[in-house]
Amino acid sequence: MENPENVIEVRNLQIDFHTYAGEVKAIRDVSFDLRKGETLAIVGESGSGKSVTTRSLMGLLAPNAVIKGGSIMFHDEDIIKKSEKDMQHIRGKDIAMIFQDPMTSLDPTMRIGLQIAEPLMKHKGLKKKEAVAQALEMLKLVGITNPEGRINDYPYQFSGGMRQRIVIAIALVCYPEVLIADEPTTALDVTIQAQILDLMKDLQNRIDTSIIFITHDLGVVAGMADRVAVMYAGKIVEYGTVDEIFFNPQHPYTWGLLNSMPTLDTEGGSLSAIPGTPPDLLDPPVGDAFAARSDYAMKIDTEQEPPFFKVSDTHYAATWLLHPDAPKVTPPAEIVRRQKKFAAMEKPEPPIKHVTKE
Amino acid sequence: MPDERKKILEVHHLKQYFNVGKKDEVRAVDDVSFDIYEGETFGLVGESGSGKTTAGRSIIHLYEPTDGQIIFNGKDVSKLHTKAEMHEFRREIQMIFQDPYASLNPRMKVKDIVAEGIDIHGLAKDDADRTKQVEDLLETVGLNKDHSSRYPHEFSGGQRQRIGIARALAVEPKFIIADEPISALDVSIQAQVVNLMKELQEKQGLTYLFIAHDLSMVKYISDRIGVMHYGKILEIGPADEVYTHPLHAYTKSLISAVPVPDPEFERNRKQVTYDASREHDDKQRRMVEIAPGHFVRASEDEVEMYTKRAQEAGLVTDFPHS
Ligand SMILES: Nc1ncnc2c1ncn2[C@@H]1O[C@H](COP(=O)(O)OP(=O)(O)O)[C@@H](O)[C@H]1O
Ligand SMILES: Nc1ncnc2c1ncn2[C@@H]1O[C@H](COP(=O)(O)OP(=O)(O)O)[C@@H](O)[C@H]1O
Ligand SMILES: [Mg+2]
Ligand SMILES: [Mg+2]
Repeated sequence: MENPENVIEVRNLQIDFHTYAGEVKAIRDVSFDLRKGETLAIVGESGSGKSVTTRSLMGLLAPNAVIKGGSIMFHDEDIIKKSEKDMQHIRGKDIAMIFQDPMTSLDPTMRIGLQIAEPLMKHKGLKKKEAVAQALEMLKLVGITNPEGRINDYPYQFSGGMRQRIVIAIALVCYPEVLIADEPTTALDVTIQAQILDLMKDLQNRIDTSIIFITHDLGVVAGMADRVAVMYAGKIVEYGTVDEIFFNPQHPYTWGLLNSMPTLDTEGGSLSAIPGTPPDLLDPPVGDAFAARSDYAMKIDTEQEPPFFKVSDTHYAATWLLHPDAPKVTPPAEIVRRQKKFAAMEKPEPPIKHVTKE
Repeated sequence: MPDERKKILEVHHLKQYFNVGKKDEVRAVDDVSFDIYEGETFGLVGESGSGKTTAGRSIIHLYEPTDGQIIFNGKDVSKLHTKAEMHEFRREIQMIFQDPYASLNPRMKVKDIVAEGIDIHGLAKDDADRTKQVEDLLETVGLNKDHSSRYPHEFSGGQRQRIGIARALAVEPKFIIADEPISALDVSIQAQVVNLMKELQEKQGLTYLFIAHDLSMVKYISDRIGVMHYGKILEIGPADEVYTHPLHAYTKSLISAVPVPDPEFERNRKQVTYDASREHDDKQRRMVEIAPGHFVRASEDEVEMYTKRAQEAGLVTDFPHS
């Protein structure tokens, strides 16, 4: 590992899919770190590559996927090089995952207590009785009322929100180092979503797990994330702390995402939708993939891919707008409002220099 | 002040029960009343299972109401007897659905999907006219005529929703029931579809019943909002007012749960939880106009509390409720 603070280091990941129409270049040179104990949110529109990226961390890619390059370091070992047999030891024990639809992770024919107990028997060698006893504790922890009375129920006997709690219990029962949550609340009502998000935050504190949280909902990101990576067309285009991304965004795509949400005080008029649709990854565009939909595109955006420019030690964005020679542009009004707020926010003080007299 | 605008839809004490008298009886819609004025957007919000879809389906008369009345354009929907009356009604009200994919026949080309209503209602003079109408409709919703020979799977979610909208518009309806039309779409695409619907409303004078669970978008597109919970409407009022000064505790909890794209706000978020058991006392409740145009489902002894809340929010000065 490059940095001992990191649990996972992804470098230059590149994934294609073989299809009848050609090679879909789904992940195009993605790098990121997951720090110990943090929640890293990955945001972006459907098809931007969020799920494929995280499935590769679990060794769960579709059969037509080809990893063209890159590495995924976990405990100083490259996950990409591991066999399926090795991955079975990691999956559910060190790295666990929850999905949008709880039913994809639940066995409809199995009592929930046993489903929660199973990873303990498999990975920790616990006897059934002990494992079920711990499953009961887990059910309490995720807030299932009357856990003793419900431990022998089947998944269909629970509501959608309760099922997602059970899935969380299964995912966390081995106290994994990493939890990957792929749109875990997208299918839920807002009130249930709020409860599940609170639960996840609470459990993260108790279990001390690092979370990769995938969503397209920036509202959810604002409440959950310590750091945010914004994905577009198979690339990360901007990353930074949650405050940097929401209050000092630099990439026009991040501007577009923030701008298309009604805020508390949006009145009448029309919302600022991002026009058009994401590019076809069978034949990704040259340069900045967002250029075709951006009001801020320059000639170079269609010719050359922008590198990451440094905004702060923790904040980078891949847009030519940050090049020293780029013309100064004014972002949309909503973004200017946010940046003003950023300027006024308390920032960590710079180290004091002691001046001594000669 | 009496409202001079024309009511296009009146729902009076609608009850829609399923499996009546059986053990598994469901009171999906239970004594719901509201009006929708011509040219406005009425947003109906509530959690899943609260009865929104059932209310929409009752309005287009897919069910015979258990009780109550639905008046569309001055006519009682249950009393449309002649074929011609029914035909006219089916043309004037159209629906747009949440899952644009499930609602589009995968084996039909876009042009035939869009022309479905044109064919049923015989609205095209000949083939050339049909083609022209379809092409115009595709353009109206931001697609182009090259799309007309393609199949639904070749489109993204947002584009499919545009096809669904084109199909609804084809028969020149007056009233559109949009049942969670953006819930399955990405945020950035939601804005595209909402903008399109607003634009069409202005151009064609459409009236919308917009069903959703996402309050922030509903507030943005709606003139008025009704909040539904377990088959009942608990609060109705002007969209901004309901959003910024909710009076009913349930509405408060619903709004407090909406995630806001602002980390500072989120760090200080205060979640309001709602205890539904307070609905289950034996008190009689009815919709009471607490502030002008702002109704809350209340028992007699709750009226004072709501009025005080409305006064504190500056919604009423000395408004006499009935
Ligand atoms: N098995 C597959 N075969 C071909 N293309 C795929 C496959 N899985 C994903 N893709 C493509 O990879 C891209 C990224 O998909 P995904 O990671 O699921 O996006 P997201 O989760 O951000 O919505 C999309 O263009 C998608 O169509
Ligand atoms: N055809 C039906 N038969 C029996 N129950 C139904 C039927 N349709 C809906 N329900 C029930 O009525 C209630 C309201 O459902 P629905 O109108 O779909 O709610 P919403 O659209 O607000 O999610 C739910 O409890 C649902 O299960
Ligand atoms: Mg995904
Ligand atoms: Mg519904």
